[in-house]
Amino acid sequence: MLLQINTPVPKDIPLDLPLPEWLLVTLLIVSFLFHIIFINLMVGGSIITLWAQIKGLKNKQYDLFAYEIAKTITVNKSIAVVLGVAPLLSINTLYTVYFYSANALTGFAWIMIIPLVTIAFLLTYLHKYSWTVMSKHRGIHIGIIALSVLIFLFIPLIFLTNVNLMMFPEKWGTVKGFLSALVLPNVFPRYFEFLGACIAVTGIFIVWYNGRKNYPFEDIYYTFTRAQIKRIGYHIALIGLAAQIVFGSIVLMTLPAKGVSFEVIEIMGVAGGLLVLALWWIWKTIKDTDERLDKHFWKIAIAILAFMVCYGGSRQMYRHNALDKHQRMMASHTASFQAMSKEARESPVEEEMDLVIDESLGDLAKGTALFQASCAGCHQLDQQLVGPPIKEMKQIYEGDEEKLIAWIKAPGKKRQELMQMPGFPQIPDEDLKEIAKYILSVE
Amino acid sequence: MDFPMFHLDWLNDRFLIAVIAIIHVMINHGLAVGFIPYITWLEYKGVKNAPPDQITDNKWDNLIYNKMKVAFIITTTIGAMTGVGIWFSVALVSPSSIGSLIRVFYWAWFTEWVVFVTEVVLIMIYYLTWKNSNKSLNAKLKHIRFGAFLSIASWITMVIIVSILGFMMDPGNWNTDKSLLNGFTNPIYLPQLAFRTPVAMLVGGVFGMLLTTIFSRKDSEIRTKAIKYAGRWVLLWTPFAIAGAIFYWNVMPEAMKANMSTAVGSMDFEQYYDLLKYFIVGAASLSIILAIWALAKPKKVNFAVVVLPCLFVFGFLGIFERVREFVRKPYVIGNYMYSNLLREEDYPLYKKDGILKHATYASVHEITPENKVMAGRDVFILTCSRCHTTNGINSIIDVFENMYGKGKPLNEQAMATYIPAMHQGRAFMPPFPGNKKELEALVAYIKQLQESGESLQGAQSAGVAINPLNAVDEVAKGLEAEAAQNKDNETTK
Ligand code: HEC
Ligand code: HEC
Repeated sequence: MLLQINTPVPKDIPLDLPLPEWLLVTLLIVSFLFHIIFINLMVGGSIITLWAQIKGLKNKQYDLFAYEIAKTITVNKSIAVVLGVAPLLSINTLYTVYFYSANALTGFAWIMIIPLVTIAFLLTYLHKYSWTVMSKHRGIHIGIIALSVLIFLFIPLIFLTNVNLMMFPEKWGTVKGFLSALVLPNVFPRYFEFLGACIAVTGIFIVWYNGRKNYPFEDIYYTFTRAQIKRIGYHIALIGLAAQIVFGSIVLMTLPAKGVSFEVIEIMGVAGGLLVLALWWIWKTIKDTDERLDKHFWKIAIAILAFMVCYGGSRQMYRHNALDKHQRMMASHTASFQAMSKEARESPVEEEMDLVIDESLGDLAKGTALFQASCAGCHQLDQQLVGPPIKEMKQIYEGDEEKLIAWIKAPGKKRQELMQMPGFPQIPDEDLKEIAKYILSVE
Repeated sequence: MDFPMFHLDWLNDRFLIAVIAIIHVMINHGLAVGFIPYITWLEYKGVKNAPPDQITDNKWDNLIYNKMKVAFIITTTIGAMTGVGIWFSVALVSPSSIGSLIRVFYWAWFTEWVVFVTEVVLIMIYYLTWKNSNKSLNAKLKHIRFGAFLSIASWITMVIIVSILGFMMDPGNWNTDKSLLNGFTNPIYLPQLAFRTPVAMLVGGVFGMLLTTIFSRKDSEIRTKAIKYAGRWVLLWTPFAIAGAIFYWNVMPEAMKANMSTAVGSMDFEQYYDLLKYFIVGAASLSIILAIWALAKPKKVNFAVVVLPCLFVFGFLGIFERVREFVRKPYVIGNYMYSNLLREEDYPLYKKDGILKHATYASVHEITPENKVMAGRDVFILTCSRCHTTNGINSIIDVFENMYGKGKPLNEQAMATYIPAMHQGRAFMPPFPGNKKELEALVAYIKQLQESGESLQGAQSAGVAINPLNAVDEVAKGLEAEAAQNKDNETTK
């Protein structure tokens, strides 16, 4: 037999999209952008906190710096979560079948996101609020943030695995659990590019945060100056950007060919150019004097933002290309299924299971058939099954059809050792009469 | 059918959703809707009872701040994540239903999201500006006003969310109007709101009292005062909670009937429904006793005294949620989609062809004596696994053994007679969708399950087997044939 790739073609949800596709796509990209910035700050912030706190063991100023960043994580994380719902909603709507299929195939890891992130969040609070209490136990205190950093580092892998897997229905048949989906091509390069972005965005954030006029910088630090901290921020951003450029290039080279088009490459190229530009400005800033640290700030920030828009846009284009054919096939398949369903609805087959009427039974034929269909699962002729045998029924209700029918409609509770019989008020009265006739006729 | 089936073979899929949703509701009601007005009220009391030369009673303010801190931490961690968790778990367990719902009710979800964002942002502002606002009386009063505003905002979130829950449970509106307004006109909407509002307040107050016993020193004056205030709060809301609960309780069977295609109560519903009576009486009397005790003997109130009533009032909320869940069965979307994720309108087709033929993921599509049990497993996954496990909670073996005798070998014939009629006697289950061969395969599988005790892995660990009839090759062939036929039809015309 030929070894062939088995690509499933599910049927789509047969309901129209609630909005025009372009609008949903726009909503997806824009809302995702906001979400990911705060995710960057949350992940990057916790990594920088960890780093600064370790450095703070030797140099107290870094401990203060770590504390200041730590305070921002808990706020950014809340915003990140609530902002995540909108892109989730949009991607669910646009790519229902693809996204949910990927979720189910990696289901265990996917649902673990909830408890894991909850734990990481609680740890960040614990870490923040125990800063002074645990000043004597810095090792343990650092352990707390290290643990939450570990979790924060793991969670994006689950998301990336999912948005990657959803683009490759041809792999769904081969995936067995999260780990096997994790090793599909392109997940790891994207992941490291993302980590670079976390560091870069956090670096820029640090520069901005410490430059604000109403930030009581001088009350907090006693030796660090604003310029020094800004420099730290720029250095962090420099490292992040460099990592992004390296891993971004690897992403581009390992991109599975299926969704690649010239437009995708072009836009990714532009995105890369923006990163290089930002890197260049940062480099110039670092080389410059303390007074001129803000000179390129907004240019850098905007270049990074523009990069995100381009990168996000090109990823969406890639996704679109990758799934286009499959989506079309799915749409036709859905339509033909619906046509079949309609046909079956209009000319239903004989109820092969429900009523098998044996005409030879004459007058009792209908009653017997009805009893077989609704009651025989629990009642037999002369043996107790779930309920009492039919013979016993006859004894009890001999000559009192009314009462028998009343029981069937709304059974009471008689035999303690048996379960409660369900009621059958939905059976029409004439059918109940037939059933009763059958019961009262057995011998 | 069209999605890989995630399945938790011990915990039960529905249970997963229920646990997450119930935790979320408890936190949303107890720690936001009911707690914030309580905190704001106490913050105000601090200003009112402040020593003449101060803005607020600082010790008192600190106690209230600490309580708010707990609520803040819990709502922005467990609260927020379980909110997202409902989505995640429903998407795993019930993808077709949530996928359909968001296509039709996209704006409803979107609104809910906007409300959610607003709430989180407001809570953050309220909490994070607390200490700064203590610098001037003006700022403090502004902060308190903000608290009042936040209280109203979080109540409004509840108003909207209850309505969203409402329209999903009302069978009529899906097939006819598909409008969010139906959520508000749903017969159980007002009773639900009348129940949830005071109970949330009650929970907030009792939880607040519990926190007081943690954050204040025994025999300190502020502790006595705080406990008395909590007592007053609880006493104030309890009568409303009782009234709301009775109101809600009374309309429940009505709603239940309206949602069942066949007007039968299920045994489970009845059991829970009966239990509710005791819960109403229990939670109400416990709250009253606690409140009176707090007012009369505040010094005697400690953690141990409050923890039980606290658990009980949380349970009070939870059990109503549980019962409400029943109202939805056997449909996930009233009169449109059954809880086994199959659309009612497709049943005639399944009856004709069987379900396996149309399943995207199935290891068998043509039943033979050799593959019968395997086919049965597929049928089980497709038609029973959303509600039944093989060996865990609500296991298929247990429910059949309950009928036919514990430990006794199951009789395939009897099961095969029971299953096609199961929706009649037990109206919370959808009708069995497959054909006769599939029914036989299913009972053969159940029988083997009983003998072997084997378990069943979901798609998250076992992956999926793709039905070749629904894979690219065959589908393309089918579509080509269809197109050719259409062309023929045109030319003959
Ligand atoms: C789910 C299993 C089940 C089904 C299906 C079922 N029954 Fe029963 N039936 C019982 C049980 C259990 C009892 C014993 C109840 C008791 O004594 O409390 C019972 C008892 C009875 C009795 C005896 C009542 C008496 O007064 O002692 C009659 C008559 C009866 N069933 C008729 C029917 C008919 C007719 C149907 C079909 C429409 C039916 N049952 C379907 C389980 C079932
Ligand atoms: C909507 C969810 C749902 C689906 C789908 C479902 N069931 Fe059930 N089933 C239940 C619930 C709930 C009970 C009640 C369990 C209890 O009483 O503890 C139940 C009970 C049963 C019982 C015991 C009934 C009695 O009279 O005591 C049997 C047998 C059963 N189910 C078989 C099946 C089979 C076979 C399938 C698949 C073809 C199936 N169910 C699908 C929810 C479901």
